[in-house]
Amino acid sequence: MNFLEINNVSKSYGTKKVLNDISIKVPQQSIYGLLGPNGAGKTTLIRILNQITMPDTGQVLLNGNPLTPNDIANIGYLPEERGLYKKMKVGEQAIYLAQLKGMTKKEADKRLRHWFMKFGIASWWDKKVEELSKGMQQKVQFIVTVIHEPKLLIFDEPFSGFDPINVNLLKNEILELRDKGATILFSTHNMSSVEELCDNIMLINKGEKILEGSVYDIKQRYKNHSYDVVYRPFDGTGETHLTVNSENPNELISDIISKGELVSFNEILPSMNEIFINLVSSSNQ
Amino acid sequence: MKIGIIIEREYLTRVKKRSFLLITFLAPIFFAALMFLPAILMTQAEKFDEKKTIAVVDESTMFIGKIDDTDFNTFIYLNDDIEDAKGLVKEGIYDGVLYIPATTLTVPTNAEIYSEKQIPMSVTSHIRSSMKNVVERQKMLASGIDPEIVKASATSINVQTIRMSEKDGEQKSFSEFEFFLGLFLAVIIYFVIFLFGAQVMRGVIEEKTNRIIEVIVSSVKPFELMMGKIIGIALVGLTQFLLWGVLTLAISGIASTFLPTQDVFSAGTIMNEPIAEMGVETTDSGTLTEIFEIINSINFKDILWCFILYFIGGYFLYSAMFAAIGAAVDNETDTQQFVTPISLLLVIPMVSSSLIATAPDSSFALWLSMIPFTSPVGMMLRIPFGVPIWQVAVSVAILYITFIVFTWLASKVYRTGILMYGKKVSWKEIFRWMKY
Repeated sequence: MNFLEINNVSKSYGTKKVLNDISIKVPQQSIYGLLGPNGAGKTTLIRILNQITMPDTGQVLLNGNPLTPNDIANIGYLPEERGLYKKMKVGEQAIYLAQLKGMTKKEADKRLRHWFMKFGIASWWDKKVEELSKGMQQKVQFIVTVIHEPKLLIFDEPFSGFDPINVNLLKNEILELRDKGATILFSTHNMSSVEELCDNIMLINKGEKILEGSVYDIKQRYKNHSYDVVYRPFDGTGETHLTVNSENPNELISDIISKGELVSFNEILPSMNEIFINLVSSSNQ
Repeated sequence: MKIGIIIEREYLTRVKKRSFLLITFLAPIFFAALMFLPAILMTQAEKFDEKKTIAVVDESTMFIGKIDDTDFNTFIYLNDDIEDAKGLVKEGIYDGVLYIPATTLTVPTNAEIYSEKQIPMSVTSHIRSSMKNVVERQKMLASGIDPEIVKASATSINVQTIRMSEKDGEQKSFSEFEFFLGLFLAVIIYFVIFLFGAQVMRGVIEEKTNRIIEVIVSSVKPFELMMGKIIGIALVGLTQFLLWGVLTLAISGIASTFLPTQDVFSAGTIMNEPIAEMGVETTDSGTLTEIFEIINSINFKDILWCFILYFIGGYFLYSAMFAAIGAAVDNETDTQQFVTPISLLLVIPMVSSSLIATAPDSSFALWLSMIPFTSPVGMMLRIPFGVPIWQVAVSVAILYITFIVFTWLASKVYRTGILMYGKKVSWKEIFRWMKY
């Protein structure tokens, strides 16, 4: 079942078409990656989901129903351009933002203290935001995004500004949130995290969808049948590495074992990074 | 309602600021000081003013016994030589010596005072007027005029302006008081619009530069955020004014108990003395009754209502514009090109205040009190002079309709602007955003 469906959404600013007939389906409890170079239209699409901007045509269905203002409580959004009020105390500010998502003050306070404990930042509660480092602020922002337990989470470049340890912490949190039932849409340039986390992806460039599907299928689709082969020839010249292109792996293997002892045989799948670069540069031409 | 949460934050974060508390509590002390300082200084000065004894060496002999003693000065007439008298001053027997040399002229017009310490102005002016009276009397007698007749013929004329209005019959009008009342109200509105309108603008810029805006507009409508901010800051302003009023009254109340009223009054009489000397007689009607008459002649209830209506309408109209500017720019230094033309709109009636007051019913004044950008200040300048009710009604209606239209336009600029970073925005661009 698809939790989020975007049907034929288009958006223009003046004469500039920012999104052209975009449709995606995000299954419930999955992680969906929104990929594309800068200026591809990702942020506009995300803003449409958050009802910050309205699409010119097309519609967005959440759980089968068109988006309504009440859905704000069902969506958690961590924008790429994110910040906090510098002069406000961390705890006060987190409660304020949770209240804006429709929580009561009491409920927000209770849950926030729990999350602050979990992230080991309980001592920051009464500090002013300006006293916190950027990485610390990001943690607070992450908590604020998920505090109201939204069914749909939207992360725009969630890992930027985090050190590797905190990136790991965040990845685990995202996976945990999915396992608890959340549907997650995230946009990033970090292709390794896409391979690690995403079930499905869409690649857009200049407002057009150029690729969509599960990470596994896409890799299969763009493989170029090359294999990484290691074997020990019978003539005793030692281990030999080969990268071979072949339409018929069985033939290749029988060919190799006739020449020597096979040590390893792996299909080389393209990385998401390569696919991304190839597709974007070819669509730019 | 989410707008309530926003108002609460905007209000509390500002009211809890140290600078707010400081200004709120220090300003009334300053105001009270302004009110009481002159009186305090007067009484203090008087205390230092011990009795002075001044010797008089009058070689012309015309003024002997003619300079009266006052509360603070005693005059003693000597037959000594001026040099001997100076010696007595040095010895400290007298505080000073007034020397009137003999002249070949029939009437002497010169005198000198020698003293160790500075002789107060009040003493010299007393001597001057006493001598003047003597000389004038002398001249009148020489010309055969009876000084008593001259004294009796001195008259002061009181011209009162009485405005005819249909409602209350004839009313005395006091245009000076009305001018200052109007100016006072206009200045408050002007001040509030710029002070708190600028706070709205700064608040919007802060949200933009902090990059918190996108998180917030994913939770609330930009319009709600804008209005929440405007209303929250309006409440901050009202709180500040209320506290200022209450505290100023409280502080001046406390201060007045420490000042013996007698002293304050006598200080007042000293101030009036030079005026009396100039020959201006205070009329019997008395200043106090006059003040009461003025106060009774002005319809404060109507003025207060108008003030509140224009205060709110003006503040909202301008702060909506300020919010739009804040949304369109990236930092405060870029605001100037937009703020200047808008402030000019409000400066026009301010600089024309005396023009409006001298002719409150001129077509110029009428236009300034009708155009919504100038009416909050323009109408306040006119209102104490009495403005026909239909004019107020039309002007208020125009102001509020403009306010609604501008808030709607501003929210469009705001909605587009807050998510636009790193772009120098022109007026043309802003007008384009209004059409989105």
